[in-house]
Amino acid sequence: MAAELEFERPIHELEKKIAELKSFMDEKDIDLTDEIKRLEEKLSNLENSTYSEMKPWDRVQIARHAERPTTLDYINFLFTDFIELHGDRLFGDDEAIVGGVAFYKDLPITIIGHQRGKDTKENLRRNFGMPHPEGYRKALRLMKQAEKFNRPIICFIDTKGAYPGKAAEERGQSEAIARNLVEMAGLTVPVICVVIGEGGSGGALALGVGNHVHMLENSTYSVISPEGAAAILWKDASMAKKAAESMKITAPDLKELGIIDEIIEEVKGGAHKDAKHQAELIDQVLETSLDSLLSMSQEELINQRYEKYKKIGQFGFVNDSIVVK
Amino acid sequence: MIKGLFVKKKKYATIPTGKVKQDVPEGIMSKCPECKHIMVTKELRKNLLVCQGCQYHYPMSSQERIASLIDEGTFTEYDADMISGNPLEFPDYVEKLEGDRKKTKINEAVVTGAGQIDGLDVTLAVMDSRFRMGSMGSVVGEKITRAIEHAIEKETPFIIFTASGGARMQEGVLSLMQMAKTSVALKRLSDRGLLFISIMTHPTTGGVSASFASVGDYNFAEPKALIGFAGRRIIEQTIRQELPDDFQTAEFLLKHGQLDKVIHRSEMKKTLSTLLKIHTEGRV
Repeated sequence: MAAELEFERPIHELEKKIAELKSFMDEKDIDLTDEIKRLEEKLSNLENSTYSEMKPWDRVQIARHAERPTTLDYINFLFTDFIELHGDRLFGDDEAIVGGVAFYKDLPITIIGHQRGKDTKENLRRNFGMPHPEGYRKALRLMKQAEKFNRPIICFIDTKGAYPGKAAEERGQSEAIARNLVEMAGLTVPVICVVIGEGGSGGALALGVGNHVHMLENSTYSVISPEGAAAILWKDASMAKKAAESMKITAPDLKELGIIDEIIEEVKGGAHKDAKHQAELIDQVLETSLDSLLSMSQEELINQRYEKYKKIGQFGFVNDSIVVK
Repeated sequence: MIKGLFVKKKKYATIPTGKVKQDVPEGIMSKCPECKHIMVTKELRKNLLVCQGCQYHYPMSSQERIASLIDEGTFTEYDADMISGNPLEFPDYVEKLEGDRKKTKINEAVVTGAGQIDGLDVTLAVMDSRFRMGSMGSVVGEKITRAIEHAIEKETPFIIFTASGGARMQEGVLSLMQMAKTSVALKRLSDRGLLFISIMTHPTTGGVSASFASVGDYNFAEPKALIGFAGRRIIEQTIRQELPDDFQTAEFLLKHGQLDKVIHRSEMKKTLSTLLKIHTEGRV
């Protein structure tokens, strides 16, 4: 059973009340149909209003939901004949990132994504989806392999960030991330990135330089976690809710800032309510996205990526009150 | 025991900014913050702001850096009048920018331009830690990207001196994306066979360390410069153990194979000049 999220509490309370009335009606043989019908209507309205007006902090909660589908879940639903490939050939195999080859509707494809664990044991193995340099280097190795064999690349982004550890620094966390950004810029095959959960800073971006970047409706993408931002800005991590609102980290925010291409609709209440249906919703966007990129030449793909990132940012000039893009 | 109640404990990670905040004193005499050696300020400047006692490298402003490297009268600045907006409408951000502009006499945390080193053309970007801790927002990303484009157009080497606390919080995810923006430009530079030299100065951390700073054809650093991805305190909190004193210093990175060389400031111009010559000969 899914853990209860704070903003969903009124819904759960109403659901409970309806269930109680139903069992009461059966027990006592009293006709409460009208009352139940009225409450069910109310519930439906409440659900619609709650899920259509989700606040940034509500979305953060959904993006972090323990049962939110992960990269491997979507791989399972979206692709066939997936073969997972391991290791960076330099140091080790980082299980915080998974990657491999598969078919996407008869098209050979390379898939790479951050991988969280579903329980404590798996999370320890996967380091809570926070990669070390060898994870990014494995990703790059698989991207280069895809390029050699002319396969499109799909990246799923879902991490709190690159792991802040001693060994990670010693082995060049900065260089590993930086190298991926530069090398992804030059890939001669289509690259599509989908933020499926949390897109945490440089550790997310290291799989995120694509021709198209899409976000699930309730995923987030940010330079720092709301808690981190609150600690720095107000010296108080409990102000995270406020930070989530002012930092502009939700899919609609990023769409407005011109950073992402499509917002992928989510199952009502969040992807964890129905992973299979969520995969279908991703599938629709993926197919269109891939179709449009497959017709582009290698040079066009690289130039499109260049122009896409070149135009991100807002600035102005002295003696010029208008902020231009 | 009782005393403990009144000591305000640090709850959150702080970015080590201590050294950077020590602007070079304006007085006649200056005391080295490291070894307390006292020097005549004029002498200190002549010594490129390096302590004669312990070789401590004082932070350098972008103006001082450019003067120490570029042949006199050859520097042309690009985009000097580009300024930040306030895309996320962050409280106090505009005022902070205005304050830094007054204090530093520059409009943003990086100065870019073209000039010559011993007669050889270069395109240069110099970050300035006095301006918002050298943090990278839209303007820093755009100016560096434009400088790289100039280097491509004029087929010159591109040299960057980094000094940055990382991405600029107040511009949120737009700051993050500047890492990608500068990277796509660097890829184009590299594909044209052009030279890129990165020199990391104190401090080079976060999003700057994890983008252009780390992907030079040559990666250099000044002695003792703090260089790393995650902050020291965050790492200590995460792994619950103390880190060695030299953790994330230039020397630590050198030992772990992350740098080509640590270069003393007095050798900087000479080393760059030699390297530029090696590349010029190679291209003939």
